[in-house]
Amino acid sequence: MSAVAPGQAPAGAAGPVAAAQPGTPAFAGARLQRRSLPLQVTVSLFVLMATLGSLAYPGFFSLQVFLNLLIDNAFLCVVAVGMTFVILSGGIDLSVGSVIALTTMVSAWLVEQHGWHPLAVIPLVLLMGTAFGGVMGLLIERYRLQPFIVTLAGMFLARGLCYVISIDSISIGNEFFSELSFIRIPVWGDATITLSALIALAVVAAGVYLAHYTSFGRTVYAVGGNEQSALLMGLPVRRTVIGVYALSGFCSALGGVLFTLYMLSGYGLHALGLELDAIAAVVIGGTLLTGGVGYVIGTLFGVMMLGIIQTLIAFDGTLSSWWTRIAVGALLFVFCLMQRVLTARGGTH
Amino acid sequence: MTSPSPTVQRVLHHRLLWPVVTLVLLLALNAAFNPTFLHVEWRDGHLYGSLVDILNRAAPLVLVALGMTLVIATRGIDISVGAVVAIAAALAAALIGGSLVVKDGAAADVSRFPMWLAIAAALGAALACGLWNGLLVARIGMQPIIATLILMVAGRGIAQLITEGQIITVYYTPYFFIGGGYLLGLPFALFIAAAVFALLYLAVTRSALGLFIQSIGINPAAARLAGVKARRLTVGVYMLCAFCAGLAGLIISSNVKSADGNNAGQLLELDAILAVTLGGTSLTGGRFSLLGSVIGALIIQTLTYAIYSLGVPPEINLVVKAVVVFAVMLLQSPEFRAEMRRLVFRPAAAGGAQ
Repeated sequence: MSAVAPGQAPAGAAGPVAAAQPGTPAFAGARLQRRSLPLQVTVSLFVLMATLGSLAYPGFFSLQVFLNLLIDNAFLCVVAVGMTFVILSGGIDLSVGSVIALTTMVSAWLVEQHGWHPLAVIPLVLLMGTAFGGVMGLLIERYRLQPFIVTLAGMFLARGLCYVISIDSISIGNEFFSELSFIRIPVWGDATITLSALIALAVVAAGVYLAHYTSFGRTVYAVGGNEQSALLMGLPVRRTVIGVYALSGFCSALGGVLFTLYMLSGYGLHALGLELDAIAAVVIGGTLLTGGVGYVIGTLFGVMMLGIIQTLIAFDGTLSSWWTRIAVGALLFVFCLMQRVLTARGGTH
Repeated sequence: MTSPSPTVQRVLHHRLLWPVVTLVLLLALNAAFNPTFLHVEWRDGHLYGSLVDILNRAAPLVLVALGMTLVIATRGIDISVGAVVAIAAALAAALIGGSLVVKDGAAADVSRFPMWLAIAAALGAALACGLWNGLLVARIGMQPIIATLILMVAGRGIAQLITEGQIITVYYTPYFFIGGGYLLGLPFALFIAAAVFALLYLAVTRSALGLFIQSIGINPAAARLAGVKARRLTVGVYMLCAFCAGLAGLIISSNVKSADGNNAGQLLELDAILAVTLGGTSLTGGRFSLLGSVIGALIIQTLTYAIYSLGVPPEINLVVKAVVVFAVMLLQSPEFRAEMRRLVFRPAAAGGAQ
């Protein structure tokens, strides 16, 4: 079970959130194991698929293939980290894909048609994404609206705003952007990694820190566990909920910047349906959809899992791309089922 | 000031008042900018005009919104309807296919399988999708949004699997009747939507079914304890919703004479939820109105029509819809209403009293 080591360290830190600590260490251990079971399954499944892929397809087992998982899914990884916080708090954010599209669009528009420097544009779009998420969080918290429907409207709004800027795709020829996107950092031998992948890893690390070692993170867990109790405990629930959606908005905008680097264009149809991939990654990573239980590091594995399914299908060559969607759906089903079984058993104990 | 008579009071407090007012305002807006808007004439053996056009185009949305209303009434949600539309459309188109065969100098229609079989298969597949959703929600106890998310993700893949990633074109004239034909001078799709509405309305108002559904939405545990077969009813409601989506899929694919696994019914789930919300059904379950959802669907279609006819770029549509959703949501929120009341009445009271 050495594979779960990254998951267990933060789990230990998250333990005190369960607060009361009535049981013996042995009891707490059993509880932890049950909570991290989905993550353990994901990691085992990932290793299994990587092994099978390596055995079945020549050239699969190379460092570059695995680094490509991260390179090709860097934006998804960043978005999914934000989504993890939202789901941990018991909410959902359906606007992430369209915020990415809006970010690519605004970046391309300002850089290409207004001659702004990318270094001025990037902070601006990050701020815009954060504000967008923050306003949605405000509506959700202040007016007791359902996160699902508010972020759905946010999704309409962001996509619509893309089309207000331009209906067609705007390609980016800016030197700064293309140089950034071509940066390759050598890792080991011939294997290299892009700047985007490094940023994604940094976001995951920051997410782990934020979730497990700050009071904000603990409040998120507490709100997701039981908002009423959190409120009665005197935790800053309102500020945290707004913060969570602002964080998700920030992550979406950052994901949008990475997506701009990846595609070198702005388009209103970019990242269509990405919110579903992000939710799938979070669920597969072992975060409970009812909130309060989960690990940010699990989300990284969730993203890698989605990536490896795509890679396996690409390596196979005979399977068409739509099998990816079916496989992701099946995986989602298995993990939701597992969550149900786990929570049901937890309830009866 | 005389107090309004009871009839006026009843009208003012009727919950369909605002949806109807919205619809009438939109129609008036259309009529103001387009003088021929309200004009309906008889041409080529059927009624012809903007109003007929709106009704015709709204039919699929009305169907999906009707099914969605009952799902939402049980405190659920079904975000897989778009995928179900795609599956039903793909299956029907793939089974009918058809080719243009010229026989004795005249084009004859040949389908791969009989049309009734294709339609039955498409609706059967839709029902199976609904059964799957219903079992996940009622038996396994998943959150409805997550349970239907699974089919939403996988469903498009399945639809593309059926169409093999292509857009299937149908060359079988009788099939076009469903979405493009006319009966008694009115579009046939309208009759399908009206029949489903009539059946559901009768079932909900003339039997205890409506009460049962409402009770599940208000308190599932209490409903079960009171002897309502909550689980079976929930499964039934999801199956009904998927069936409506299947019908909508048939209408859409027959209207465009093709099936596109990737794009058919795209964002339809959102439009349906919007229609249900506009119609005054509470998203938290319980209170619902089938007629309200029909009006909601008509509002959306009239809005779309208005945007097109006013010459506003159609892409703005999304922004307008978003603003409408935000406004409706806020108006439904008691906290927001209380805040507005404070803002509006406090200064007024301070200035007006003594």
